[in-house]
Amino acid sequence: MPTVTMTRHLYRFFPALENRTITTPAGSVAEVLHAVDELAPGFSDYLLDERGALRRHVNLSIDDNIVIDRRSLSDRVPEKATLFIFQALSGG
Amino acid sequence: MSNMILLGTRKGTVIFDRVDSSWRPRPIEHAGIPVCYAARDPRDGTLWASLDHGHWGPKLSRSRDGGATWQDLSSLKYPEGARHIVQMLPTPDFDPAAPTGQPEYKDAAVYKIWNITFGPAGQPGRIYAGTIPGGLFVSDDGGDTWTLNRPLWSHSSRGGDLFAGPATSDNQWGGTPASIDYGVFEPGIHSIVIDPRDPMHMHIAVSSAGVLESTDGGQTWSPRNRGVLNDYLPNPEAEWGHDPHFITACPAQPDHLWQQNHCGVFYSKDGAQTWQKVSQPEAGVHFGFPIAVDEQDGRTAWVVPARADMARMAIGGGLFVARTSDGGQSWQAFREGLPQQNAYDIVLRHSLDVAGDCLCFGSTTGNVYLSEDRGETWQCLGNNFPPVYSVRFG
Repeated sequence: MPTVTMTRHLYRFFPALENRTITTPAGSVAEVLHAVDELAPGFSDYLLDERGALRRHVNLSIDDNIVIDRRSLSDRVPEKATLFIFQALSGG
Repeated sequence: MSNMILLGTRKGTVIFDRVDSSWRPRPIEHAGIPVCYAARDPRDGTLWASLDHGHWGPKLSRSRDGGATWQDLSSLKYPEGARHIVQMLPTPDFDPAAPTGQPEYKDAAVYKIWNITFGPAGQPGRIYAGTIPGGLFVSDDGGDTWTLNRPLWSHSSRGGDLFAGPATSDNQWGGTPASIDYGVFEPGIHSIVIDPRDPMHMHIAVSSAGVLESTDGGQTWSPRNRGVLNDYLPNPEAEWGHDPHFITACPAQPDHLWQQNHCGVFYSKDGAQTWQKVSQPEAGVHFGFPIAVDEQDGRTAWVVPARADMARMAIGGGLFVARTSDGGQSWQAFREGLPQQNAYDIVLRHSLDVAGDCLCFGSTTGNVYLSEDRGETWQCLGNNFPPVYSVRFG
């Protein structure tokens, strides 16, 4: 199952996600984030706008590869991959 | 008499309490998060802050225990199908020959929740919010759920009902520079005025479009910009294209409205049916962002003038507040207690407020000043706050 790792900044809003390994079923980025949202309701609102597109200053990568489809999040997260959630330097 | 002041700042929410006769700031809330607006609902004491996260999107934050704990809400969203016509960013790259003449559409998403306005006592739970890109939202359950005002969103001045299909009219709303931080150039609703005599009657102000009025609870909207002169347009009396920086109305005399506009100070004593320019440039009263009106006397208002408009800082290095008590025919400048040398402050549109005889304002330089004698003398509440985006008495 893929693992999800995120910037510590998000623990401020979702402390229940801290100090735990987050795994989800493999699938598209949208499906993985949806699974995290079920663990922490409201989580995806911090990453995605109301159209489901990735917010401008948020980046995702699947292992070392930056997610390409920022609009519908169709990139595939394979079984043994890690999805990283981090802040884009453009927002800092 | 108000006993609380809320600041929305670049680094969080600052709350002052009046303790005995002095104002004491609490430790900052939402530390590190930009807060573009903070206010207290006088009906039930709920505190509100509009969080302007750089990374995580706009959120409202609500405290129902006087600020001890806060709950962040993601409930204010555009509905599926809400679209707007994209405004072109005014950059040197813009090629006016490039567009085909067809409008470009974009699915709407909230960039900024710029204003929170509370409904009347008779409508508990009713709250309004104005956004970039130009949405008026209404909640009737204290902010748990929000509804976009569709008649305004689909107004003919914005291209008509884009939920239904392509534009059926020209878009007349321009962008606000306040949107450029989000990489777009879209309009914003920063002022919402509810008539205390009739909650179906309201005015809003849009940068950059102008003032609109509804007399039927938001079902229909009409422009109310007659008399507003727009120096930067070929036709200064154009119906649209105005840049009100802030509008406000006298609670006891709601037909008296005031507008600090990009192009001067304007006053209306007929419910915004007509506006009269009451700037007095020789007295420094012309450009600025905020404006406040007395709670009882609709002819009395205050502004914090600034150097227009490319400079946007205090005039001559000295801060002052100007007051009129005769509907803008004359203005009196008050400087006592305010810095008169090396001051470069600018006071943004939501950063001046009045409550009874008290006024307070804050600047983007992090200075906060309070007057308890109707603006005549001032005391400093601190010089080292983060840039101030809003000041509201609680």
